[in-house]
Amino acid sequence: MINTKVNIAGIEFKNPVMTASGTFGSGMEYAEFVDLNRLGAVVTKGVANVPWEGNPTPRVCETYGGMLNAIGLQNPGIDVFIQRDIPFLKQFDTRIIVNVCGRSAADYVEVVEKLSDQPVDMLEINVSCPNVKHGGIAFGQDPKCLFSITKEIKAKAKQPIIMKLSPNVTDITEMARAAEAAGSDALSLINTITGMKIDIHKRTFALANKTGGLSGPAIKPVAVRMVYQVANAVKIPIIGMGGIANAEDAIEFLLAGATGIAVGAMNFVNPYTTVEVADGIADYMKTYGLESLDEIIGTVK
Amino acid sequence: MEQKKKEKAVVYRQTQRATGIYDMWIETSLACQARSGQFISVYTQNQSALLPRPISVCETDKEKGRLRIVYRVAGTGTREFATYKSGHRIDILGMLGNGFPVETAKGKRAFLIGGGIGIPPMLELAKTLTDAASKDIIVGYRDKELFLTDDLKKYGNVHIATEDGSVGTKGNVMNVIEAEGLCADVIFACGPMPMLRAIKQYAQEKGIPAYISLEERMACGVGACLGCVVKTKEIDHHSHVNNARICTDGPVYLASEVNLEN
Repeated sequence: MINTKVNIAGIEFKNPVMTASGTFGSGMEYAEFVDLNRLGAVVTKGVANVPWEGNPTPRVCETYGGMLNAIGLQNPGIDVFIQRDIPFLKQFDTRIIVNVCGRSAADYVEVVEKLSDQPVDMLEINVSCPNVKHGGIAFGQDPKCLFSITKEIKAKAKQPIIMKLSPNVTDITEMARAAEAAGSDALSLINTITGMKIDIHKRTFALANKTGGLSGPAIKPVAVRMVYQVANAVKIPIIGMGGIANAEDAIEFLLAGATGIAVGAMNFVNPYTTVEVADGIADYMKTYGLESLDEIIGTVK
Repeated sequence: MEQKKKEKAVVYRQTQRATGIYDMWIETSLACQARSGQFISVYTQNQSALLPRPISVCETDKEKGRLRIVYRVAGTGTREFATYKSGHRIDILGMLGNGFPVETAKGKRAFLIGGGIGIPPMLELAKTLTDAASKDIIVGYRDKELFLTDDLKKYGNVHIATEDGSVGTKGNVMNVIEAEGLCADVIFACGPMPMLRAIKQYAQEKGIPAYISLEERMACGVGACLGCVVKTKEIDHHSHVNNARICTDGPVYLASEVNLEN
């Protein structure tokens, strides 16, 4: 039996394979395809303090080797989530990471506090949402804002927190250091890259929101580069994501310095991607006689 | 409940029916559970075009394990599908969506209305609406390049509208209903949004139910990504906001329950 376990902020995962927030719901829809017990963790769709309607449609469109989305964080709110989604996930032997979103610091704190006595393993904080109090500048694009929101959330959180970083910045290591300095237990990256598509026949934007987040294999080289940079800038563990389609892609992220990896848009393309990645990582370990993934994590310098 | 799955299907036969309209029979284990109004997601073999294309069920042959899709070439993916010959292996995901509630037509006069590429799902529906008192199948085309009309005639009274007036009534499906003085107790429809809006209004005026099949850009097709939503009158049971997922809660909705204004 190959030991694929990894440890992130004191939490042990049976393997490094997770689901990227927003691409897997709370696991219910994909449980028809995938045995959730096989996953290191399910990272849920973002949840806020109250239900969010999200953006108008069209919300998604295809692009070369990827897709754009502007869902707008539609979610049922934390109360429904606690009542419905957490009990569903508790039926499985997998770690639960809840992605938390908000429009203000108070929103995030409210969700984090409501989750404090819930059986969830970690909290992933989505700091790419517009900050209403700061006139629309994303928390995740200003190191000072990121530092203060991280500190505020960390003070209230009962579970280890993972700040999810946006790639839409000049220097992602600056953001990573700010989150680490404020006490974040881990980091996840990258969120989607802001993009745009124009429908030349309708002469309008392909998405109602005009811009959307680019994901899928098209962004993988950017993600690997950023994981590598961040891994060399901070000491806290990293969950890497961005266009992972198979085990080879996932192993690139591990070598670049990620301890965990997440499958995102490719769930839509092949609903079995997560388990295929988990199997492929085990095969790689066997091929190279690895006893632990620690032997390869961050070894490409 | 049937289990959704992604599997390899085999193209049994493909024929072009009109300019840009293709008719493909595929062999798949999903055929036996496919219902009218449901759809499959068809994957391209082009690694740069990743998302599956949702295409509705046109007809099933459950004994032979075959499923028929009739689609319009609209872009990269469907352009590729149109080149497939017999024996070609394709990846599909199904069965997806709720399907038409055929039981609601029992003993009733039914309208089956299809506009353009919304016509194909009317065939399997017409075949399965065996309990209806009558079936008026009203189909709207752009011009004389008709498709599926001969198949539809086997299962009901077909009424045709063409935008240029080359065949049947000049105008749209609503013009046919008016011109021929047709009446119904229940409506099933699929087609472009302006047509669905007109049907919603017509059904409201007549006080009859209209079940309409909606279309939207999709990514996952299984209810996870929340890409394809429609505004609902009531708070949706799953989302807890006024948005329902077309791929899973739909694509068929009672017209009075959804907001079609944009």
